[in-house]
Amino acid sequence: MVTTAPNNLVYERPEGFTDTPTHYCPGCTHGVAHRLVAEVLEEMGVLDKTIGVAPVGCAVFAYNYFETDFVEAPHGRAPAMATGIKRVMPERVVFTYQGDGDLASIGMGEIVHAAARGENITVIFINNANYGMTGGQMAPTTLPGMKTTSSPNGRDVETQGYPIRVSEMLSTLDGAGYVVRRSLHDPKNIRLAKKAIRIAFETQIRGLGFSLVELLSTCPVNWNMKPVDALKFVEEKMVPYFPLGDYKLSAGAAQIKI
Amino acid sequence: MPAKGWIEVSDLYCKGCELCISACPQEVMELDMSRLTPKGYHPAHIFTDGCTGCAICAIVCPDAAITVYREVTKAVPTAA
Ligand SMILES: Cc1ncc(C[n+]2csc(CCOP(=O)(O)OP(=O)(O)O)c2C)c(N)n1
Ligand code: SF4
Ligand code: SF4
Ligand code: SF4
Ligand SMILES: [Mg+2]
Repeated sequence: MVTTAPNNLVYERPEGFTDTPTHYCPGCTHGVAHRLVAEVLEEMGVLDKTIGVAPVGCAVFAYNYFETDFVEAPHGRAPAMATGIKRVMPERVVFTYQGDGDLASIGMGEIVHAAARGENITVIFINNANYGMTGGQMAPTTLPGMKTTSSPNGRDVETQGYPIRVSEMLSTLDGAGYVVRRSLHDPKNIRLAKKAIRIAFETQIRGLGFSLVELLSTCPVNWNMKPVDALKFVEEKMVPYFPLGDYKLSAGAAQIKI
Repeated sequence: MPAKGWIEVSDLYCKGCELCISACPQEVMELDMSRLTPKGYHPAHIFTDGCTGCAICAIVCPDAAITVYREVTKAVPTAA
C-alpha cells in the first residue's frame, strides 16, 4: 500500500533574502547570483555575522535584499572598505559584490592590491560585459566586436584594447587563495557556481586569504535580447572568451570539502 | 511512476521573464496571459499535469519567486 504525505517542501525562497522584490530587470542573472549568495550564507549559518559591501552599478541596492549587515562603497572601492572592516572585525564574514565596471575599470587598483595583500575577504564578481546601470557602455570585459552604447560599431581592439580576463590575472598573485570563474547560464552551471561561492566563503572562514568567484552573467536589457537569448549569448559567446575553471586553488582551499 | 510535484509562483516577485518556462524539463509551464501581477507582469504558472517537483524552475529563477513541493510516496508495510 502506498500513502502520500502531501506538502513536502523541496525549495523555497532563502531566509537570507528580505521580502523586498529586487529592482533588477526581468530575467537579469544578477538575481540568480544574489540568490546563491543568500542560500550559501543561510546554509553556513553565518547570516547574522556577515557584512556585505555593495558597489556602484546595478547592484547598488544589494543592501536592501540580504538579511545581513551591509555597507555601500564608493565606485570601485568595495575591496578597500572590505579590507578595513575585516581587519577591524576579523570574526565577521565580509564580502563585496561588484560588477565589471566597478571592479575592473574604476576599481582595478583596489581589487589587485586587495588580492596581492591576501586580504581575507570574499569577492563576488559579476561579469556581464558592460556597464549595465548607466545604459550599456563598454566595459573592460566587453567582447571584441561587441556593440555597446560607447562602441556602437562593435569593440575595436585596435583602438579600444582587449578584454581583461580578471580571474586569470588575479590568480598570479600569491595572496589569492581561491579564484575561479563560473557561469549562470543553465541549471548545471548555476549549481557549480553555488558550490564555488560556498568554497570561497569557507576559504575566508579558514583564513586562507583572498577569494573571488567571477560569474558570467546576463544584461538582457542592454544587450537588447530576451532573457532566454541572453543566456545563450553567455554560453556561446562569453564562455569561449572567458573559460570557466579554477584559476587559483591554494593548497588550503583545495582541501575544503563540502 | 515519476514523483508528483507542484509549484507556487509569487505575484510579488515574478517578473514574467520566462527563464523557468524554458528550463522546465517537463514543459509544463507558461505565462498566465489571463492575469497580471500588481506590477503588471504576466506571471508564470503550471498549465498542465506532469510537474515532478524537480525544482529546476526555482534554480534558474532570478527573483526567487518559486516554491516547489513534491508528494512523498512511502511504501507502508502491509499488515500481517
Ligand atoms: C565616481 C563615479 N564614476 C562614474 C559613475 C557612473 N557609473 C555608475 S555605475 C557605473 C558602471 C557600472 O557597471 P558595472 O560595474 O559593470 O555594473 P553593472 O551595472 O553592469 O552590474 C558607472 C560608470 C559613478 N556613479 N561614480
Ligand atoms: S541593466 Fe542589465 S545588469 Fe542592470 S538590472 Fe537591467 S539587465 Fe540587469
Ligand atoms: S523565472 Fe521567476 S521571475 Fe521569471 S517567469 Fe519564472 S517565476 Fe517569474
Ligand atoms: S518543479 Fe520541475 S517539473 Fe515542476 S514546474 Fe518546476 S521545472 Fe517543471
Ligand atoms: Mg557590468
